[in-house]
Amino acid sequence: MSQHQLDVRNLLCPMPVIRTQNHVKTLTVGETLEITATDPGVKADIPAWCRINGHSVLDISEQGRDITIRIEVGERNQSR
Amino acid sequence: MSKQRKAVALISGGLDSMLAAQTIKNQGIHVEGINFFTGFCVEGHTHAIRKRDQQKQKRNNALWVAEQLDMPLHIIDVVEEYKDVLINPKHGYGSNMNPCLDCKGFMVKKALEWMHENDFDFIITGEVIGQRPMSQRRDTMPVIARESGAMDRLLRPLCAQSLPETLPEREGWVDRSKLHKFSGRGRKPQIALAKAFGFDDYAQPAGGCCFLTDENYSKRLVDLWQARDSRDYELDDVMLLKIGRHIRPRPHFKMIVGREEGENNFLEGYRKQFATLRTLSCPGPLVLLDGKLDEDDWALAARIAARFSKDKNGVSVTMERSNLDGVKSTMHVTPIHSEEMAEEWHI
Repeated sequence: MSQHQLDVRNLLCPMPVIRTQNHVKTLTVGETLEITATDPGVKADIPAWCRINGHSVLDISEQGRDITIRIEVGERNQSR
Repeated sequence: MSKQRKAVALISGGLDSMLAAQTIKNQGIHVEGINFFTGFCVEGHTHAIRKRDQQKQKRNNALWVAEQLDMPLHIIDVVEEYKDVLINPKHGYGSNMNPCLDCKGFMVKKALEWMHENDFDFIITGEVIGQRPMSQRRDTMPVIARESGAMDRLLRPLCAQSLPETLPEREGWVDRSKLHKFSGRGRKPQIALAKAFGFDDYAQPAGGCCFLTDENYSKRLVDLWQARDSRDYELDDVMLLKIGRHIRPRPHFKMIVGREEGENNFLEGYRKQFATLRTLSCPGPLVLLDGKLDEDDWALAARIAARFSKDKNGVSVTMERSNLDGVKSTMHVTPIHSEEMAEEWHI
């Protein structure tokens, strides 16, 4: 399965969630997306968005100001 | 077998929209949430940026509500489209730069478009008659329904019994007797309903969920428009209005002064878009300069910036000046005295 990347550094929530949501719409079940952000709010918001929409958070890591979240697209992924 | 009816709920993240959505879910309707990002939404950005606040728990309230209600949520970026609502509000502004009535009509209209695109049946909001002086009045509620185009597909579950029947009620998709007739600014009925639903944690932002209702923020926005002689903005502009001290010592330039390390880090992201000043000889703020500065302006700006450094009472502070083209030079200045800082410079 492909792994995709999304850079949302310097964006404040909810923009990282919106960009993630819009990117995930283009992916298929089982693909992974690695999101790099700087707003600490993503540590709560992206996992919450994943839980609501049936995606899985694989891991969250931090290096300096960068926060990296890897998610796997779930079966409920919809085109809308 | 009757068709499963579907409603799209405007979710702000506050208690009322949460209660409205749950009220309709309890009637067996499939409900999905929609949340619009205008750029002016209060989302704890200041906390996200300021270092001292970074350990505080943060959450997006709309996402949190959706999770509590076990319903999907769609967050829609409407920053570009929203400009016309803010710049040209047909119904004017509230006490600050809040175009509440036009804003609500716009959001319901966007929800209606989403409803049609996704084959949903009606729209619900958490509006309560009399709760807001501009957008939530008995006489303005029909205006929103009419101007958005939603008409009788717009259901307000928390005050529906005080309003004319809507399509979902007439068709029997929802039971009107199980809707509510809340009114006024009191919160007791909502708190009681939240308790009945088992909600013991919910957001109740005292100033609403929009920066445009904030007096200081509105002043900064008006100042921006006046200085540019244009009522326009980009997302970066409205984000920067939330951050730092804003000082306009001359009509043709403004300083944005970071107040602490987290704000300085955030302002660093704008270094390529602005001329900047920062202290070299002691700790101090990063300062963005918006406007065209001559040499006298640079000298004044540097003295003001030095005023917010650790050596504010010193004789000489060394500053790094960075022009918009990236060319850097060094300045030595005496921090401006507080008495020389005119009150009206502070925006």
